[in-house]
Amino acid sequence: MFKSIPFALKVVITYLAWAIFCGLYQARTIARFGFSWDEALKDTAITQFIIAIACLTINKSLRVAKPTFKNLSGAFFQVLAITAFATMTQEALLEEVIKSINYNTFLKNALHIRGFYNGLMILLISIITWFWGYFRDQQESISRKEDAERLSREAELANLRQQLQPHFLFNSLNSISALVGSQPERARNMIQQLSDFLRGTLKKDDKQLITLKEELAHLQLYLDIEKVRFGHRLETAIHASDESLSLALPSLLLQPIVENAIKFGLYDTLDDIEIDLSARKENNYLIMEVKNPFDPTTASPKKGTGFGLQSVDRRLFLVYGQSSLLTIKQDGNTFITTLKIPQLA
Amino acid sequence: MIKTILIDDEPLARSIVREYLQGYSEFEILQECSNGFEGVKAISEHQPDLIFLDIQMPKINGFEMLELIEQPPAVIFTTAFDEYAIKAFEAHAIDYLLKPFSKERFDKAMHSWLANRGNKVSAPLAESISTQPEEHSRIVVKKGNNIVIVPVQQIHFIEAYDDYVKIHTTDGFYLKKKTMSFYEKALDATQFVRVHRSYIMNLQELTRIEPLAKDSYLALLKNGTKIPLSQTGYAKLKGVLGI
Repeated sequence: MFKSIPFALKVVITYLAWAIFCGLYQARTIARFGFSWDEALKDTAITQFIIAIACLTINKSLRVAKPTFKNLSGAFFQVLAITAFATMTQEALLEEVIKSINYNTFLKNALHIRGFYNGLMILLISIITWFWGYFRDQQESISRKEDAERLSREAELANLRQQLQPHFLFNSLNSISALVGSQPERARNMIQQLSDFLRGTLKKDDKQLITLKEELAHLQLYLDIEKVRFGHRLETAIHASDESLSLALPSLLLQPIVENAIKFGLYDTLDDIEIDLSARKENNYLIMEVKNPFDPTTASPKKGTGFGLQSVDRRLFLVYGQSSLLTIKQDGNTFITTLKIPQLA
Repeated sequence: MIKTILIDDEPLARSIVREYLQGYSEFEILQECSNGFEGVKAISEHQPDLIFLDIQMPKINGFEMLELIEQPPAVIFTTAFDEYAIKAFEAHAIDYLLKPFSKERFDKAMHSWLANRGNKVSAPLAESISTQPEEHSRIVVKKGNNIVIVPVQQIHFIEAYDDYVKIHTTDGFYLKKKTMSFYEKALDATQFVRVHRSYIMNLQELTRIEPLAKDSYLALLKNGTKIPLSQTGYAKLKGVLGI
């Protein structure tokens, strides 16, 4: 907005300079025909004033309408109409202001030149307006496109960062570093688990559907690593009915939920914890429940619906177009996250 | 002997510090703790010279644990979170080791501490933690030997009390060595209003405002407590309540 003010001022100054130049030439010409300077200047002032208003009108109109190549004829008609109207107004005003028979004859005889000059000026302003609008639109669409690209790049990066889970990674590496000295075999084993887990994370496509069996295999890698990190404090139990194992779900869906449950459980209590995951088929849905202990007296409600859960909920909405496929509830000291995955027949 | 305590919830994370410390014969590890509660107890029991402290731990984090200790020892933070570094140095940490850290990096931290040991940290550690506090959803306090986590919703009001503040809750009050302006900043301003130089009030607890004399008012809380309102406090209260 503020940027446009100096620009608008520049336009006005340019136009004024142009109008004064034309006006002076016009006044000199009229004076040469033998009219007084008083008459010549009055003629010029009124002529230029009306042209300025006409130019402003066509400029406003074209800026709003933004004619395309197809309806240029409409714009041309507008130019003609405004020219005609401006010329008639000039004639009527000049007749009123300058009362001399000589001048009146001159006015009538030279009206076609006046009209032609008006038309040229108005056409010139129209063309400038049209080009200016055209280039601005082009620039806007380019910058819009760039914005969209930048946003999608950022989203992709955030997604990648999320997938890599730096804290999990660094803590795991720290555990490996600790094992290297005392138990190199276990260190090597953990490097293997971490590599398998990362490879699985990177190669999977967000939109891809996989079976619960595959998803659980990937999850197991994650759980094994977490168990090395937290030692005896963390126990996990997975109960999946046989028929549920072949059901489909978006890949990498469970890991963030289980991660959330582990963090919630481990950081909200001092005791050893058990994370319980169950899966079953119900109607045409794969139903999964993840349970973790927590302390209802101190848990902050914000943590319970952590970022991980929100992004899973969002993903489910994008894949299935249904909301509340992810629900949470509290049952005494147990926090339960439930997932309902529709099975497409 | 230099007394030290390791506080980290991951056993392997403690074991690497223990391993690195083996090269320092003058150091003695008195205890390993797997959470802040054990940490507070061990520190008051052993009065260590130096502690290695993780940040993300069960129940209370490393910073919250430090707040509970009157005369905190020297602290070296060990964490995978690089976003807490500034906060850690505000807490006068000796160093901030990002997991996984090398023996060289560890040695550097140790040597610089050993070299500067004589210069005691002047300000008490807990007082200066987070000059720019993030919004608190809970406050960790100590009552006798118990550590209590108070969700901010349970706070009725906070009262200035010499160098301390009294945090009045449903279950009585707790003392905490913090300033009024700290909590004025740290608590959600739409719920907690500094209505007086010495009082911050939870708006959820307000039942009515009574005139006391000309230009002076009292706030009446649900439990019957009356809190004086300063002129600016009264204006602020009216602003937040939209009256």
